[in-house]
Amino acid sequence: MDLLEYQGKMLFARHGVPVPSGRPARSVDEAVAAAEEIGYPCAVKAQVQIGGRGKLGGIKIAADAQQAREHAGAILGMDIRGLTVYELWIEGASQIASEYYASVVFDRGAKAPLVMLSTRGGMDIEAVAEEDPDAIAMLHVDPLLGFQAFHGRRLAFEAGVDADVVRPVGEMLAKLYEVFISEEATLVEVNPLIITPEREVRALDAKVTLDNNSLFRHPENAELRDLSAEDPQERMAHDRGLTYVKLDGNIGILGNGAGLVMSTLDVVKGAGGEPANFLDAGGGSKADAIVSAVEVILSDPKVEAVLFNIFGGITRCDEVARGLIEAFELVKPQVPFVVRLDGTNDKQGRAILAQANLPGVYTEATMDAAAAKVVELAG
Amino acid sequence: MSILVDQSTRLVTTGITGSEGTFHTLRNRDYGTQVVAGVTPGKGGQNVDGIPVFNTIAEAVDKQGANTAMIFVPPRFAADSILEAEEAGIELIIAITEGIPAHDELRAFQIISKNGRARLIGPNCPGVLSPGKANVGIIPAAFFKQGNVGVVSRSGTLTYQVGNELAQQGFGNSSIVGIGGDPVPGTDFIDVLTLFEADPETELIVMCGEIGGDAEERAADFIAAHVTKPVVAYIAGFTAPPGKQMGHAGAIVSGSHGTAAAKAAALEAKGVDVGRTPTEVAQLAMSKLGTPAN
Repeated sequence: MDLLEYQGKMLFARHGVPVPSGRPARSVDEAVAAAEEIGYPCAVKAQVQIGGRGKLGGIKIAADAQQAREHAGAILGMDIRGLTVYELWIEGASQIASEYYASVVFDRGAKAPLVMLSTRGGMDIEAVAEEDPDAIAMLHVDPLLGFQAFHGRRLAFEAGVDADVVRPVGEMLAKLYEVFISEEATLVEVNPLIITPEREVRALDAKVTLDNNSLFRHPENAELRDLSAEDPQERMAHDRGLTYVKLDGNIGILGNGAGLVMSTLDVVKGAGGEPANFLDAGGGSKADAIVSAVEVILSDPKVEAVLFNIFGGITRCDEVARGLIEAFELVKPQVPFVVRLDGTNDKQGRAILAQANLPGVYTEATMDAAAAKVVELAG
Repeated sequence: MSILVDQSTRLVTTGITGSEGTFHTLRNRDYGTQVVAGVTPGKGGQNVDGIPVFNTIAEAVDKQGANTAMIFVPPRFAADSILEAEEAGIELIIAITEGIPAHDELRAFQIISKNGRARLIGPNCPGVLSPGKANVGIIPAAFFKQGNVGVVSRSGTLTYQVGNELAQQGFGNSSIVGIGGDPVPGTDFIDVLTLFEADPETELIVMCGEIGGDAEERAADFIAAHVTKPVVAYIAGFTAPPGKQMGHAGAIVSGSHGTAAAKAAALEAKGVDVGRTPTEVAQLAMSKLGTPAN
């Protein structure tokens, strides 16, 4: 789960990471009230998960209440690279002496957290990594040892931060690592990490990704939402415990297991079709999960045909067949379905479907044939 | 020969009394796997269709000589169960459980690798099948027969799909290993490639990857340097949009990293043929090994 800047900063504040004081706002009036409380000059910042939103007009400085009102009015509802701005973050404008970059990343390759620090903050760090990799100090942390004070100093010296802020920058890294571990994040990134003229270290931005699998231990994080990135079908699928990603085409896809569903998308595309979604009904898909899945797929009005591609391991094909019959009774789909069942209890599943003789349901023996058929039916 | 599981496997299932744990443990036993014990805390002394249940994994090791553990407990307890198996001296831990918190996984992995006495397969994997010998996990074994193709995959159902395509062409398998789709797999492509390279029965290796991470790219370098047997690969997710997590916690394209195209290119640059569909993988296998005799 990717957090918005203000959600990340509120998380930071809980762990003692210094951030400029700010307030979230969802309307112009709320924004002005927040600005009045914080004082001027203040920054009015669009809350969308897009890098470089400042250059796209999503961040403005207000010198007084009238400007705060104008900027909030202009930014709320604005479209930034396809995302609508529903929320603002109003914070006190910061004086900047230096801009650094800091992050803690879940490094899958090394199977350890990776802490990075660079004095070349405020710009695209991937570009920095490309043209001048030595400008980024990196350190893998043994998660059983944890991030020690000397790690912080070492990174600060290696990155070449100003001598007078070596210690506070190191302490900042320790706090970011603490956020990473205790909130079970997979990414904590601050760009820029600023040094003020008073030589204080502050997180001017916050990019935090949380591990969805650990949200049961963090109920307060589980409730965070990003309205700008929410798609109604994705929301509906999420509420029903399904893994659904909306795509642009007209062929609804349901499969079991992420890899097989991805492969199904590729094969459908290879057959000349355009998938409307990714939907993994998951391991052990029971009949009610299939009913939910059919409802979610058909809630997208663009869908003109649906492909079920099931290879049962933990999933039992007879359960899938029964679920499909139940879904047909409840939802009465108006579009054709192509069904391919293989694996655990596949013979029973196919027999159940043959007996039910559902209208507009075609069965195919192989994935390639099923993909070709659904592409033909979708037109 | 085969790798990881065979007739010497003595299996204990943790979470055996759950409905899925029971169902798949009994299927594994029906296949011929020696299932010697189950563990569910508080249910010690009971049995599941004749399989003795213990309160701790240590007891299952002491009393039944278990050497392989299949982890079937819910995600919030799974890392604990993995570490319990490790401490009990289990050599091979196969974690089927999906949805384990990433930081739990990281800690468990670090402890296992530091102690160096157990191998972890998974989590979030379908297990390991050595056709004709043993099945540990949820792979539908009826589709596979003994043979000379080793399969290693990040995805369960995709493994069945590719395995089935190979079976349609008449190929059998030495072993089929699902390493799982999580960000921190206990065993990665390189580990399994090493085992297949050393396994005399394996004559061809099929490797199924997917978007996200750089495991396929690292495997490509390893193959070029250390694998003499032919390798055919498949990568799922060519049409996956960047920034969207495609089901598996590990399957996400971030920026220009982790795309299927980049992975296929990395493998092809090292001389590994990459099938664009599961069917094509079987065709490539044919071109490497010829039509199977039987």
